[in-house]
This record gives sequence, structure tokens and C-alpha cells, in this order.
Amino acid sequence: MKLLGTREVYGDTLAELGALNKDIVVLDADLSGSTRTSVFAKKFPDRFFNMGVAEADMMGTAAGLASCGKTAFASTFAIFASGRAWEQIRQSIAYPKLNVKIVATHGGITVGEDGASHQALEDIAIMRAIPNMTVIVPCDGIEARSVIHEIVKYNGPVYVRVARAKFPVILPDDYKFTIGKGVVVRDGKDAAVIANGLMVSHAIEAANILGKEGLNIRVINMSTIKPIDRDLIARAAKETGAIVTAEEHSIIGGLGEAVAAVLAEEFPAPMKRIGIQDIFGQSGTADELLPHYKLMPKDIADAVREVITRK
Amino acid sequence: MQKPADIEQLKKWAKQLRMDVLMMLNKAKSGHTGGSLSAADIVTALYFYKMRHNPKEPKWADRDRFVLSKGHAAPIQYAALARCGYFSPKELTTLRRLGTMLQGHPDMKITPGIDICTGSLGQGLSMANGMALALRLDKRPSRVYALLGDGEVEEGQVWEAAMSSAHYKLDNICAMLDFNGFQIDGAVTDIMNIEPLSEKWKAFGWHVLMIDGHDMEQIIKALDDAETIKGKPTMIIAKTVKGKGVSIFEGKYQYHGVPPSDEELKKSIEELGVSVEGWPLLKILTSNT
Ligand SMILES: Cc1ncc(C[n+]2csc(CCOP(=O)(O)OP(=O)(O)O)c2C)c(N)n1
Ligand SMILES: [Mg+2]
Repeated sequence: MKLLGTREVYGDTLAELGALNKDIVVLDADLSGSTRTSVFAKKFPDRFFNMGVAEADMMGTAAGLASCGKTAFASTFAIFASGRAWEQIRQSIAYPKLNVKIVATHGGITVGEDGASHQALEDIAIMRAIPNMTVIVPCDGIEARSVIHEIVKYNGPVYVRVARAKFPVILPDDYKFTIGKGVVVRDGKDAAVIANGLMVSHAIEAANILGKEGLNIRVINMSTIKPIDRDLIARAAKETGAIVTAEEHSIIGGLGEAVAAVLAEEFPAPMKRIGIQDIFGQSGTADELLPHYKLMPKDIADAVREVITRK
Repeated sequence: MQKPADIEQLKKWAKQLRMDVLMMLNKAKSGHTGGSLSAADIVTALYFYKMRHNPKEPKWADRDRFVLSKGHAAPIQYAALARCGYFSPKELTTLRRLGTMLQGHPDMKITPGIDICTGSLGQGLSMANGMALALRLDKRPSRVYALLGDGEVEEGQVWEAAMSSAHYKLDNICAMLDFNGFQIDGAVTDIMNIEPLSEKWKAFGWHVLMIDGHDMEQIIKALDDAETIKGKPTMIIAKTVKGKGVSIFEGKYQYHGVPPSDEELKKSIEELGVSVEGWPLLKILTSNT
């Protein structure tokens, strides 16, 4: 399977868009090589601002730029983007509904060896909680590219989480992302797995495993966590009767709870959340950590079998 | 009373720790080379000369505390802890591996000798202040040492903490700044100028010493002098070279977060003049078990 880095795609796409749109400015906090904003920085040094290791200052500066008509992209690792500067994002960016795009790299457990201090497992929860904030987790490089194009067209604050690890490419080249719309990437009627990020590819593999057992599993890529696609979730519950969510994030406050809330309000159905079970991460390679925290296709398949028994 | 420093012995330890760091990082295939090496002499002086600590009793209440605020330099602290006897040097081979006690960034819950969790830059001095306040309340003789990076001091929280240490007259704090001139994206002066540094700390109410952070005698003298300063905290600004000790890494910001390759490790061993015999760790690290 072809692998593509979502952060690499982000850097390249940003540089392409920078040539077309002179109002795009980019900020980083001493991680431009890792976040790939360095690609933009090399092409457009006048529109790139390295703020040093100062994430809170970066978010405030991005807000100021946006208030004067710029489309400001601010990037750093997801833990520092969401966590270190949370209240600056809330007060200076989201409350005034300014046009700042926070593209956070190194989300999730696949950050790997750096360990717990660098693994953002709560970023989606805390960004989702802020009014006016749109929250997106692309599932592969193809989607990441489309996401960056679409958020530039949208006027308002957005949080996009991309990854350090390269993800398998699962979407077709001509795929087009729409903010707030989930996509059925594999149809089925016995249960639905609603996933985002890396877990979409794991969900597809899980569906393949279960297919061999005669189970027909729907897989939904829910890349926008907020605003969430309520109709698609309710339809999946009605048509399949059992839901599993899968995310590279804490089961608290992320995709799983967002889906659970929709189910509870629209069409209650048995469900199970695959994700980090309310614990901190640790050092290890991405390949070791994913099975350790039960985020593999096999784990999703187990969860699906279990929810189906509760139908 | 403190024993006089054996400068030659300390220099040997510093070499050993540098060696340990390079082998650990090579084995882990990830981790921070430049900032671990630049801090090697300072960390050696703290663990093998200045600090009151007891490897047999890591939680001894009267020990001095060490806050590695630039937590990505964990390998140099792990090497010091292992060589002091907090745990076996064999553990160093497990750096950054699943299940290890030696996490990518310091973790006080699982590593003997680690006093606090760090890794997110800019938070260490605040925690050092908290320790210093508690130790003073309890009338303990303990001092608190904190090591910061020069890129790290771009974080606003560092300056909030700097204000507090002086406000509360925390003369039991000795902070040190690893002034190696580089952060991740390049030279500190290019990314976000932090100068004039010594004037800044003075203006915040600190006693400031400027030293060569690779001159063991200067480090020892500064640490001793800091202890005599009353009524205010001391900042030792230590001019260092990122990647110090092995020429291929020296002054190269590209090695901030890049471990030595096998080839680079071989060259490092030659340059540090460390013979394979007598370095039990090397055997452990080079064997493929
Ligand atoms: C809050 C926070 N932002 C960003 C990082 C990522 N990061 C790790 S090291 C580093 C550069 C630090 O430079 P410096 O303090 O000079 O360290 P040294 O040169 O001593 O290695 C950065 C930005 C981090 N660990 N914490
Ligand atoms: Mg530095």
C-alpha cells in the first residue's frame, strides 16, 4: 500500500496556495522543518514568521494578522498548538471568529519515541469544546491536500490535525473534501465503523477481516469532528444497528463521544469506542504503540463483533 | 562540607557521559544529540560534584533537586544517573523503547533520580520555584538546580517564573542556561533574538554569572559562588557549543534531534579517545541482544 505523509502534503499544498493567494501568511514556533511550513518559508520568506519557542505568542500574532485581513496559518506540534495556547486560541481566535487555520502536526500516539509529553491524545476534545471552532482530522495524504484547499475558502477558525507518521493512501486522487461531511468509504449493513485519521485505514482492514466471516461492515470516514455529520451517523445507526468508533485519541471528548451524543439524541444504538483508554502514552515506535494501545484492525474487528451481539 | 573538586576525574566523567549519550541515541535510533552533548559538562559537575544526593535513596527529602527544564536532553541526565548508581548502565540500552524506564523525556514516576516530569519547554523554572518554596517552608538545606535551553527562554512562562524567583527571594535556586546558540530551526539570533541575555536576568532581579560551560573549573567555581549569594536567585549563563565533544556534531543545529549513525558513532569513539575495553556499556550496546 502506498504511504504518504499528511504533514508533507500540508507543507507542499501550503506553498502551492501561497503562490495563488497573497493574503496567506504562515507562522511557526521553531518546528518549521517538522511541520513542513519550511517549504512555504523558503518560497515566501516575507510572509513567513518564525515566532521561536513561543506558542501562545504565535496564536495571538496569528489573530492580529487575521484581524487585518490575512489568512493566517499557525503550525506546531499538536500538543503545544492545542494545549499550550488553548486560552489564547479561545480568546483571541475563536471568540472573535478570526480567520486563523491552526494546522497541528504530530497528533496522536504515532508520535512515538518522544513519549507522553509529545503525544497529543486530548487535542480534539479541547479544540472541539471551543465555540466557532471547526475541527478536522484527514485520513490520508489525498484528503489532507483537499482539506487545506477547502479551509482556505472558509472564513473562520479551523483546527486541523495531521501526523508525524505516514498514512496509507486510501482515497482516490480526485477525492474532494467538504467541511462537515462524512464519507462512506465502504458500504455495509451489519454494523458501521466511524473513524478518522489513521484509523480509517485500520477500519477498512477490520471490515475486510470481518467480511471473511460473512459480516458486511460499513466504514465511514468522519474527518470533520465539528461540525459533525449528524445525518450520516443517524442513518448508519438506523441501517446497521451497531456502531463502533475508532480514533487515535482519548475516548474522552473526541470522535467517539461526538458520535455517542448524536446517537443518544437521534437514534440510540449499541456502540463501542476504540481509542486511548484515558491514559497517557509512552515512548516506543508507532508500530509498537498502536497494538499496545489496541488501535489495530484486529481490535476494531473485536469491537464490532461485540457490539453486534448487543443489537 | 563539600569535598574539593577533582577536576581531572570530573573531566573523565564528562567524557564517559558523552560516550553513553552517543551510544544510547545510536541504539535508540532517535533522540536529541546536540543539546545532550552541550550540557554534558554542566550535568557532570552537578551530579559528580555539587549536588547533595544519594543514589541509594532517590527520594531522600533533604536532597538537592534537579529540574531538566530542557527535557529533550534527558539522555545526558540518564547517563549521569546510571553512572552515579541510581540504576544499572544496562538500562541505558532501553532508551525510548516500549516499556522502558527511560522515556523520551524525563518521567519522575518511573525513573529513580528524576525529580520532575519535563519535555514541554518553558515549564521547568516554575516547578523549580515551587520546589524552592516548599523546601524553604520545611527549613531544608536543599538547593534546586534548573537547566534551561537558550531557545527555551523564548517561552513567556520562563519570564513569569523569573519574576517569581526574584520576588520570593529564592536564593536556594540556581538556574543554568545552556547557551549553545542554536534551537531547532537554526541559530537563536536568527529565529528569535533573546539578547541581551545577562541584562534581562539582571533586570528581573537575578544574580548573574557568565561562564564557559565546557570549562570544568569555571563551572565548579560558579556553582560554589552561587551558593554564597543570599536574597536572590542565581542564573549561570554557560556559553556552550551544541554537540560539544565530537567535531562532527559541534555547532551543527541539524543534529538537534538526530541520533548518530553507526559510522558517526565509530568516529565519535575514536575522537573521544575511549577504548572499547573498560567500557562495559559499549559491549552491551554493540551486541545485538
Ligand atoms: C513547549 C514546547 N514547544 C516546542 C517544543 C519542541 N522543541 C523541542 S527542543 C526545541 C528547541 C529547544 O532549543 P534549546 O532550548 O536551545 O535547546 P538545546 O539547544 O539546548 O537543545 C523545541 C522547539 C517543546 N519541546 N516544547
Ligand atoms: Mg540551544
